[in-house]
Amino acid sequence: MSWKLFKLGLTSPENEPRFFPEEKPLASHYDVVIIGGGGHGLACAYYLAKEHGITRVAVLEQGYLGGGNTGRNTTIVRSNYLTSEGVKFYDASVKLWENLSGDLDINLFYSTRGHFTLAHSDDAMRTMRWRAEVNKHHGVDSEVVDRDAIARAVPTMDLDCGGGPAVHGALYHAPGSVVRHDAVAWGYARAAAQRGVEIHQQTAVTDIHTAGGRVTGVATSRGDISCDAVVSMVAGYTPRITDMLDLPTPIEIYPLQACVTEPVKPFLDTIIVSGSLHVYVSQSSRGELVMGSAVDPAVLHSTRSTFEFVEGLADHIVDMFPFAGRLRLLRQWAGMADMTPDFAPIMGTTPVDGFYLDSGWGTWGFKATPISGQTMAATVAAKRNHELIEPFRLGRFADFQLVGEKGAASVGH
Amino acid sequence: MKRIDCPEIGPRPIDEFTYGGEVRRPPQAGADTAALADYVFNRAGAPGVLREWWHHDPSGRWFVLERDTRTDTVLRSVPITEVAHAVPTR
Ligand SMILES: Cc1cc2nc3c(=O)[nH]c(=O)nc-3n(C[C@H](O)[C@H](O)[C@H](O)COP(=O)(O)OP(=O)(O)OC[C@H]3O[C@@H](n4cnc5c(N)ncnc54)[C@H](O)[C@@H]3O)c2cc1C
Repeated sequence: MSWKLFKLGLTSPENEPRFFPEEKPLASHYDVVIIGGGGHGLACAYYLAKEHGITRVAVLEQGYLGGGNTGRNTTIVRSNYLTSEGVKFYDASVKLWENLSGDLDINLFYSTRGHFTLAHSDDAMRTMRWRAEVNKHHGVDSEVVDRDAIARAVPTMDLDCGGGPAVHGALYHAPGSVVRHDAVAWGYARAAAQRGVEIHQQTAVTDIHTAGGRVTGVATSRGDISCDAVVSMVAGYTPRITDMLDLPTPIEIYPLQACVTEPVKPFLDTIIVSGSLHVYVSQSSRGELVMGSAVDPAVLHSTRSTFEFVEGLADHIVDMFPFAGRLRLLRQWAGMADMTPDFAPIMGTTPVDGFYLDSGWGTWGFKATPISGQTMAATVAAKRNHELIEPFRLGRFADFQLVGEKGAASVGH
Repeated sequence: MKRIDCPEIGPRPIDEFTYGGEVRRPPQAGADTAALADYVFNRAGAPGVLREWWHHDPSGRWFVLERDTRTDTVLRSVPITEVAHAVPTR
């Protein structure tokens, strides 16, 4: 036996460093309370500690870390949006993603695949050209490509869609990537905890206390806490939190479903989105096809799955990949998407002093995890919106300054 | 929920309907921009019993249904006579 193994056998496993430090008891005061231990909440905690030296921070999570939409999403990262505001914001996120594994010292399996948004009509081609030009203007790598280019990249796809609406061309976005979602939550959590942030799971915020129009603390399932600032980063639970403060918002909750097939040999190394067929697909590193669609037809506060979703999705996926008809589905699930009228997030300060909102992430917010964490941390530290998120303020719905992203976010997430 | 039970047309499959969203009280004529913006954009959002518009596509008719948005069960269809007053005062 090797000496190294022998020595390792003598050290008891209890001495091995734990991934997360042991949980401390809940304190009676924190400078900042973050509601929600998804990617956004954990990233915000990390950047508060790292970039602003604010470490008396508690992340309160009612369930387990990453158990919300962070652990349910199909992990597409891209910045090929339609508005200047959106492109600049998501591009800043892509830049953070590219170095994040090193920054957090964890392998996030960040895999750059390239991203095709298929156009099945002249109208759709026009939107693709529009997006490509806005993207290029901001230095983002997007271009319109023709059928031949798609056929070369994805030889297994039927570009005539089985006689349905044929593919005319596509918007190709080289930086499009997929990431391991759980690791993102764990990596941010560990890095935040190492800098002194406390993370409390199984701790639900049940009310928010205010005095004279400003936040003074929160009530939780484990008792009251006083604090100077509350940051709500709860995605599909946002209206329940804003109701605690009687703060009206345009957010409505719709289920968003996804599914994976059994693993097959690698044949698809890029990400495919079709707005016309209402489907998108990528192949995971395990070989499964990860597939999804647009949100369910009506508001619902539930993570139930439906047969109608699979039926609709299968119907369209076989148009593009006829052989997919032979694949069996392995898993199906849903998350609760916090949708906004303009398909852009709602971020920053609110009419309640000390209450910050990071919401309206709908079907598109996973890719924003690093940049929303960073800009929200800067916003809380300065008590003023970071310039990148100013266009996403809640007040835009009072003065009609919407940021229309529907053309770039309704099916491709 | 796979079927919507309409008292007037009976139980019909959900995919015959198009969702029309939450019933909101329209602002009075001459209301200010803030009231208009609130009507156009803001929604109840939180789970509960909601009054919503549903369009039955084959018959081309609109219905107002009360639905529990946590369990996805339709509690009742708001009768025609009540629809004119179907706007909750919130
Ligand atoms: C099926 C699906 C596919 C998606 N695909 C993509 C994609 O490909 N690309 C992309 O960019 N985005 C995608 N999204 C959207 C993305 O997942 C979300 O926008 C993003 O993960 C939101 O992260 P978050 O940290 O804000 O929220 P979450 O991860 O949902 O975390 C919020 C947390 O808050 C907790 N919480 C709620 N209320 C309370 C309370 N009162 N007290 C304490 N804790 C509370 C919840 O338990 C939860 O863990 C998809 C979403 C779904 C559902």
